[in-house]
Amino acid sequence: MPGWLKFAFGKSVRLAALLAAVSIITFVLISFSPVDPVRAYIGADMMTVGAEQRLDIAVYWGLDQPPLERFLKWVSSMIQGDFGSSMIYREPVAGVIAERFWYSLSLMAAAWLLSGLIGFAAGSAAAMNRGGWLDRVIQWVCYTIASTPSFWIGMLLLMVFAVWLGWLPAGLGVPAGVAAEQVTIADRIRHMVLPAAALSIAGISAVALHTRQKLIDILDSDFVLYARAKGERGWQLYRNHGLRNIALPAMTLQLASFSELFGGAVLAEQVFTYPGLGHATVEAGLRGDVPLLMGLVLFSTLFVFTGNTAADVLYRLVDPRIRGHENDSRNV
Amino acid sequence: MSLLQVENLSISFARYAGWLRREIIMPVRQLDLALQAGEITALVGASGSGKSLLAHAILGILPANASLGGSILYKGEKLTAARQAKLRGKDIMLVPQSVTYLDPLMRSGAQVCLAARGGDPRKLQRAAFRRYRLDNEVEQMYPHQLSGGMARRIMAASAFVSGACMIIADEPTPGMQAEDAAETMKWFRELADQGHAVLLITHDLEAAVAGADRIAVMNAGMTVEWLPASHFSDKGERLQHPYSRALWNSLPANGFYVPQSDWRAVSSREGPGCPFASCCELAAAICREEQPGMREGERGWVRCHAS
Ligand code: SF4
Repeated sequence: MPGWLKFAFGKSVRLAALLAAVSIITFVLISFSPVDPVRAYIGADMMTVGAEQRLDIAVYWGLDQPPLERFLKWVSSMIQGDFGSSMIYREPVAGVIAERFWYSLSLMAAAWLLSGLIGFAAGSAAAMNRGGWLDRVIQWVCYTIASTPSFWIGMLLLMVFAVWLGWLPAGLGVPAGVAAEQVTIADRIRHMVLPAAALSIAGISAVALHTRQKLIDILDSDFVLYARAKGERGWQLYRNHGLRNIALPAMTLQLASFSELFGGAVLAEQVFTYPGLGHATVEAGLRGDVPLLMGLVLFSTLFVFTGNTAADVLYRLVDPRIRGHENDSRNV
Repeated sequence: MSLLQVENLSISFARYAGWLRREIIMPVRQLDLALQAGEITALVGASGSGKSLLAHAILGILPANASLGGSILYKGEKLTAARQAKLRGKDIMLVPQSVTYLDPLMRSGAQVCLAARGGDPRKLQRAAFRRYRLDNEVEQMYPHQLSGGMARRIMAASAFVSGACMIIADEPTPGMQAEDAAETMKWFRELADQGHAVLLITHDLEAAVAGADRIAVMNAGMTVEWLPASHFSDKGERLQHPYSRALWNSLPANGFYVPQSDWRAVSSREGPGCPFASCCELAAAICREEQPGMREGERGWVRCHAS
C-alpha cells in the first residue's frame, strides 16, 4: 500500500471512531442534563401553556421515548444525512449550522491569520533581540495577555471602542433593523472587527511565546553558531536559518490550535452576541436543543480534526527529514 | 610576524548558582599561541581542557556571559568585536566537527554557496565540490541524507570557498577511520601549502604529531608548552613539560606508559604556584609557591620550573 493511502485510511478510521465517541459522550451528558427542553422552549409563557400542550410538544420532539431509542434513531437518520431539526430555530440543523458557519468562519479566519502573523512577528523579534528591551516588553505583554481571561478582553474592547468611542457596533453580525438585502460587506466587517480582535489578542501571546522559545532553541543550535562563524548575522541569519526552521512548527501549531480557536469563538461570540456557531452552541446547550447540539458537536469535532490533519499533512509534504524517507525526493 | 597571536588569553563565564550567588568559572586561564601563514598549528589537550573555546573567542561568537582577558592580535592588530564581525567567514573560517553544524532544512549546495566569498557562489561551490570529490547530486541533499564523510567534505568545501586565509578546525578527526583522518589532514596540508594558516584543535595527539607543524599542549586551561611537532619523537626526550611527556608516553605506540600521577585531577583553585603541583612527579618546593613563567627555548617555550 502506498504511504499516502495508508495515511488516509488510518486517518479515516480515527475520525470515525472519534465522531462515534464524541456523539455518545455528548448524548449521555445531555440525558443527565437538568435542562427541560420543553420548559426552556416555552420560557416565560409557562403559566399560560397547559400540561397537555406541553406533553404534545414533548411527543412532537420525541422526548417521550427512552434516551437509547432516541439516540439510535438519531444515529440512523444521521447516517442517511439527516441531522434532524433544531428545536429552537425550527429549521433543519444542517441549515442552521451552514448559515452560522459563514459568520464564524470569517471571524475565526480573521483571528487565526491575525494572531498567527502578529504572534509570529512578535516572537521572532523578541528572540532575535533576546535579553534586550524589546524582548522584555514583548514578553511582558504576552504574559499579561495570557493571564487575562479572554471574555474580559472582549468586554474591555466593547467598552472602549463601542461604548466610549462609539467607533464600532457593540454586537450582532449585521446592523439591526436593516433589511437583509441592504446589508453591505462593509457592515459585516464592521461588526466583525471587535470579536475578531478579542479572539486574536487571546491567541497572539501563545503564538508569540512559542515562536520566541522555538527560535531561541534554533539560535542556540550548532548550525546557527556555524552560520555566525561564517559571517551571517541579523536579518540575513534570521532569513537563512531562523525563519526556515521555525516556519513549519509555527504553521503546525497554528493549524493544531483550531480547538482553542473554536473555544475562544464561543466566548467572543457570547460577549458580542455575534450570531456564529459558538453563540448557537451556547443557546443549544442552555435550552436543551439536542439535535442542534449534536450537530454542532460533530461539526466542531470535524473542524478541529481537519486542522490537526492539515498540520500532519503539511509536515509530511514540507519537512525533508520526514519526506525524504519514503520516496527519496532529492530532485523535488 | 605571526598571522595570529594569542597572548595570555583567559575566558571566564559568569553564571548564577542558585538564586543570588554569582559564580565565575574560568575554563581558559592562560593560553598563548601563534599561527604562521603556511603552517598547521595544533592545539592539543584532553577534552574539557577549554581548547574549543579558543575557536569561538577568535571568531567572537562566545555566549554573551563570557568575558575575555589577555589579547588576540590578528595581523598585528588587536581583534576587536567590530573587527571580528568583519573578518568572520571572510578572513577567518571555522571548520566544525559534525553534521549538526549544518542547517537540517537547507540543501548542502546552498549551504556551501552561503559561505562563498569573492566570486559567483555557484561556480565556487561547484569547483569546491569537484575538489573534495563530492558528486553533483550531493548539492541537492539535505544534511540527514549525507554520510558522515560527505558532511565533512561539505564543511571543508565551505572553508575552501570562503577564501579565508586562516582556517580553524575544531576536532576534525575524532572517531574517524585512519584513512579518513589521513584524508582530512591532507586537505589541511594542501590549504597550508597554499599559504593559509591552519589551527587544528584536537585531543588526538597522534594525528596532530603526524599532520601539524607546531603543537601547543594544553591542560587545565593553560598552554604548557609550544614546540615543533617533530619534537614528539622517541621517548619524548625533547619535550620540556612533564605533562607533554605524560601525554606522549601514554599513546599506545609508546607503550601506554601512564605516569603515576593523574593529570586530569588538577586543582582549579586560584592562588600561587603551578596548578599541577599536586599531581606532577617533578614538583618541587618552588612549584607550590610561584607560578612558572614562560621560558623561551630554542624553538618554542614552556611553562615549568623543572625544565
Ligand atoms: S612547574 Fe613544577 S609542578 Fe608545575 S609542571 Fe613544572 S615541575 Fe611540575
